[in-house]
Amino acid sequence: MIEIVSSILDGLLIGLVYGLASIGLTLIFGVMDVVNLAHGAVISLGMFSLYFFFGAGLHPYLALIPVAIIGFLLGVLIYQIAVRRILDGPPLMTLLATFAVSMIIVGIGTALWSTSPYNVNFKVQTLNIFGYTVTSARLIAALAAVLVTFMLYYFLYRTTLGKAVRAVSNNREAAELMGIPSQQILAISFGIGTALAMLSGALIATLFPFTILSGSIYELKSFVASVLGGLGNPTGALFGGVILGLIEGSVAPFIAISWTNVIEFVIFVLILLFFPTGLLGGRK
Amino acid sequence: MKLLKAPLFWLIVGVTAIFALLPLLSNNITLRETLVLSAIYIILAANLNLMIGYTGYVNFGSIVFFGLGGYLTLWLVGSHHWGLYSAVLVAGVSVSALAFLLGIGILRLRGAYFALATIGVNEAVKDFVSNFDVWGGSEGIFLPFTAYKAMGGAGKALWTVYLLIVLVMGSSLLLSLAVRRSKFGLGLFAIREDEDAAVVLGVKAPLYKTLAYSLSAFLPAIAGGLYFFKNGSVVPEEAFNLNLSIEAIVMVMLGGQGTVTGPTIGAFLYERLRGMLLTIPGLSNFHMVIAGVLLLLIILFAPGGLMGWLYRIWPRLRRVLE
Repeated sequence: MIEIVSSILDGLLIGLVYGLASIGLTLIFGVMDVVNLAHGAVISLGMFSLYFFFGAGLHPYLALIPVAIIGFLLGVLIYQIAVRRILDGPPLMTLLATFAVSMIIVGIGTALWSTSPYNVNFKVQTLNIFGYTVTSARLIAALAAVLVTFMLYYFLYRTTLGKAVRAVSNNREAAELMGIPSQQILAISFGIGTALAMLSGALIATLFPFTILSGSIYELKSFVASVLGGLGNPTGALFGGVILGLIEGSVAPFIAISWTNVIEFVIFVLILLFFPTGLLGGRK
Repeated sequence: MKLLKAPLFWLIVGVTAIFALLPLLSNNITLRETLVLSAIYIILAANLNLMIGYTGYVNFGSIVFFGLGGYLTLWLVGSHHWGLYSAVLVAGVSVSALAFLLGIGILRLRGAYFALATIGVNEAVKDFVSNFDVWGGSEGIFLPFTAYKAMGGAGKALWTVYLLIVLVMGSSLLLSLAVRRSKFGLGLFAIREDEDAAVVLGVKAPLYKTLAYSLSAFLPAIAGGLYFFKNGSVVPEEAFNLNLSIEAIVMVMLGGQGTVTGPTIGAFLYERLRGMLLTIPGLSNFHMVIAGVLLLLIILFAPGGLMGWLYRIWPRLRRVLE
């Protein structure tokens, strides 16, 4: 029994990190109707950035700050190069363009770092909460995910720039008529979405070994989580991530780990079919 | 048959004949192995084009048909001692039927949602097969050497399989042409341009989309059966290699989506390019990067691909190459 509860607890904590990754994906979709298929590649980059900052002697949790900044700049760059020009074209074009970006990132990563696993090695303690043990890294990762989510909400609802992001998300033409420079806002939103993906990748890297291809697993998890909560809805994405984590945690003691992906994809397709706007309702 | 009067029809027949005869007459096995890869790429690209180019639905996981066809064929031939011909036909029909059932579900999704679901389908099938003991789990299926005996030994069997693959390639191209000229094809184009308007005008969009999806599964499944029979083994990583799906998209976009000739040229050029990159030391690791850059450049600057560009500088070409 204790094993099962610990496993569910583990699932809940990792679910919050999935949620953070999903928010990045869902924010970009919500603001500009682009499904960012470079999401997984960026998550991998987050993992590797943490690895290299840690290797350079930075404390892994302090390294989250430069990782976020790099993520933001990278996102703005991806937007300017690959997305801006075709944003008003057919939606399939942005899908393929972001996918092309993903191929480029993963390809370069594979050539530089091969596909063998890397590991961020730092001292991890186990904590005892009411008799259930969790590792400190997992707890801190979950808390960091929650903290970043709060910061995002503060930004979106309490700052002028955040309100501009929401305005552009609601109606780009109307926002432009109100004097909001929509191109800059779109670039900033893409930057924030990418920064969140990098951060979640960095947090995952503190927990598990990773390769340049690992991002694709978390990309799919992000899709499942965002779709669960309704694509375009950040609260829903966090909620979806937690549900996904809980599912993983509760089935882990009973079946082989290689089956969890099958279950998740089946859930994914079923949710898309029967609740296309998610359990919490999609954007608007 | 109106189709027989189309210049492209005879061009397709001619190209197929060249593919078949060139290595056969020169008895050149290296050439055969190069061309077999081109033929497989052309089959994948031409059938994917039915979805991307004609219907306007991006299928990221088209490789799942190829892989399932391979698995079914090897399982029937290996464990049940079926002949190759009946095995690939049954594989083609069953995968196509499976795609039809799947399509009824996931084609209710549009645009990005559909694209995501297709990735999910491929990954789920891959994970399922990796855990499915009847098909050898992650070890896959290995064909015993005796399987080739019925076809007159391995050497002869490989030539037969090569000719069959070329035949499937020719059929894929003729299918593309026939669909493009049919009322069914016009319905698909209408869906691509504006699905809601098409429905209002009386196009049975759900049925048409599902048929297109199912049709685009049939020949790749047969090709998968032949290809993995030729290899003598099939493993999940190779059968459901998402990268190959993605490369097929690059081929379709490179040649020009929505045309019959485009994906063929795209597939052939991409195979050459890939072969060239793999032989240059230092660049072999970068072939996915170059494919990505290529895809991005096409999308940003030439969304019509090679055919779109050719049509623009030489409009009369439209009458010959569709």
